[in-house]
Amino acid sequence: MSTGASETLLESEQAPGAEVPGEIAARSPRELFWRRLKRDKVALVALGIVLAMVAMAIFAPLIVKLFGLPDPNIQNDDLLGDFGEPTGPTSAHWFGVDERGRDVASRVIYGARGSLEVAFIATFLSVTIGTVVGMIAGYYRGWADTALSRVMDLFLAFPVLVLAVGLGVACADGCLGGVIQPGLNVVIFVITLTTWPYIARIMRGQVLSLREREFVEASRSLGAPDRRIIFREILPNLVAPIVVYSTVLIPQNILYEAALSFLGVGVDPSKPSWGAMISDATSIFEDAWWFMTFPGLALLITVLAFNIVGDGLQDALNPRTSR
Amino acid sequence: MSEALVEVRDLVKHFPIRKGIIFTKQVGAVQAVDGVSFDVMRGETLGLVGESGCGKSTTARLMTKLIEPTSGSMKWEGREIAGLSRREMVPLRREMQMIFQDPYSSLNPRKTVGTIIAEPFKIHGIGDDGPQRKKQVQELMERVGLNPEHYNRLPHEFSGGQRQRIGVARAIALKPKLIVADEPVSALDVSIQAQVLNLLRELQRDLGLTIVFIAHDLSVVKHMCDRIAVMYLGKVVELASSEELYSHPRHPYTGALLSAVPVPDPRLARQKQRQVLGGDVPSPTNPPNACRFHTRCPKFVEGHCNVEEPQLDKKGGGGGLAACHYPLSDDEVARRVPTAAA
Ligand SMILES: Nc1ncnc2c1ncn2[C@@H]1O[C@H](COP(=O)(O)OP(=O)(O)OP(=O)(O)O)[C@@H](O)[C@H]1O
Ligand SMILES: [Mg+2]
Repeated sequence: MSTGASETLLESEQAPGAEVPGEIAARSPRELFWRRLKRDKVALVALGIVLAMVAMAIFAPLIVKLFGLPDPNIQNDDLLGDFGEPTGPTSAHWFGVDERGRDVASRVIYGARGSLEVAFIATFLSVTIGTVVGMIAGYYRGWADTALSRVMDLFLAFPVLVLAVGLGVACADGCLGGVIQPGLNVVIFVITLTTWPYIARIMRGQVLSLREREFVEASRSLGAPDRRIIFREILPNLVAPIVVYSTVLIPQNILYEAALSFLGVGVDPSKPSWGAMISDATSIFEDAWWFMTFPGLALLITVLAFNIVGDGLQDALNPRTSR
Repeated sequence: MSEALVEVRDLVKHFPIRKGIIFTKQVGAVQAVDGVSFDVMRGETLGLVGESGCGKSTTARLMTKLIEPTSGSMKWEGREIAGLSRREMVPLRREMQMIFQDPYSSLNPRKTVGTIIAEPFKIHGIGDDGPQRKKQVQELMERVGLNPEHYNRLPHEFSGGQRQRIGVARAIALKPKLIVADEPVSALDVSIQAQVLNLLRELQRDLGLTIVFIAHDLSVVKHMCDRIAVMYLGKVVELASSEELYSHPRHPYTGALLSAVPVPDPRLARQKQRQVLGGDVPSPTNPPNACRFHTRCPKFVEGHCNVEEPQLDKKGGGGGLAACHYPLSDDEVARRVPTAAA
């Protein structure tokens, strides 16, 4: 029947859907994404908190000045109690004073810097390395895939905490010929080293399925070189998963940083970080609950907010998972 | 007209089946295409028809050099191209293009239509980005019946038929000599199918294209093709001109396929004893011996069909070729095949 119709249907060529989709279906994925995200009020609140935290990290010195708080590293013995003990929250020092006479509020604000800096840089590095390795393994398959997959397995088998503490001690004065400076860089290095394989695995899987799509074959049949196929055809399709996994990784890495700082890896006393503060506070928790509580709360709220934003993004980017 | 553009000889593609993760060993092979020979003449439309899994797409991908054959030869304008490297193929890519089956998978969802159609020019370094190229792309869009204003839209904003037109525009951008269309309309509604088929025929007439048109049943190809090759389990079992194949099929498998073609005249249809194929298509991993169709063939002769492989050669009066020891007689054709002249 279909062939019989072939002679008669020429006139209606332009008719179906030439203009209609403009009114009904023509919403770009980006528009749909924003519509869905806007409906998710909890995620929007969380996004607000995340942005506030980021702003706090960037403008820490300004904020501290604005509220008339002392510099986070100034040790002021006058602020301590009669017996030299830390003092609790007052109107001048909302979050109290620690055992060395430093203002806890000021340190919590500056702590956002350390935590977020480490989390963002480590996430960026692991996602970049993971994506590149995953794309190579998934696209070229064969021995490249076998070799890279075994390397991923190897990195995933590292005893992370032992490695971290060991490296922290070994790199206390910098290592790898000065590439790894002591301090937060050690933490970034350790987190990146142990996180990229997760991303690489995910990206490898995505690329394995993308490379079988016909548009990749179409590009190949036009004579496109591998480089072009990988960066122009496949990479644009990885943007959504990259965004989603980054928002999952950031809070994870904030916690990771806190844990490592707690264990004393890469601690730099001049750069406050929430994990290091909690660590310092453990020994005097009985006498000074505020010293541990406020950085702990900051950590909790930030991680929670990032996770909620991550969920929201995932739902908004991937409509089938929502509702 | 009668000069061959492509000559395919004994083309074989076996996909190895491997077991093991680190130490792999081959435990068998999918014999997707197993010794196929045919010519594609300049300016003609050659149909390639067969059930799902018979190796049509594999043949298409071999012809466009998306995959390398296990063995066999393929000549392009008389020149052997079976062993050419990817780099050596690049200039030839301009001359052969493919249209894909799935209009949803064949366009990158993250790229605008303009970018997709401009791709061939960019890859082959023709012209430079600018108003010139935009004009070229918009002309192509108009040529295939798309609104050139929709240049900046993403593929998801188009219907299946329109997407297939985008694929056609991309394929004809470099003015190729050969287009291999792999079931270009089977994912579309019947009414839209006719439009896309018309477009292809029009383009062929205007651009002097040679087309290899793949379909899984004989109803679509009749008006499209000059000649038709019928495939079964990786082999060509019959190759004849369209009229001859429809009116005088020789291979029992072709007869069976034609039985399934819907006929406009129900009275005529009822007169015929439709021949329905029994059983499933055997696995291409372990195809039957000799004639691969013998397990389902109504004319199967024990001790011959399953022992000696029939060659693809002339059967009966016409110029068609069939690979069968016991081709259908005119009488059988008249009784069984609804498309045969009564
Ligand atoms: N890359 C591959 N690896 C392994 N087996 C394959 C591969 N490609 C195709 N095959 C197998 O080869 C056989 C022929 O496949 P092909 O895609 O050529 O069939 P087809 O005739 O195009 O079928 P359809 O009508 O379903 O598209 C099938 O059994 C298929 O499973
Ligand atoms: Mg196919």
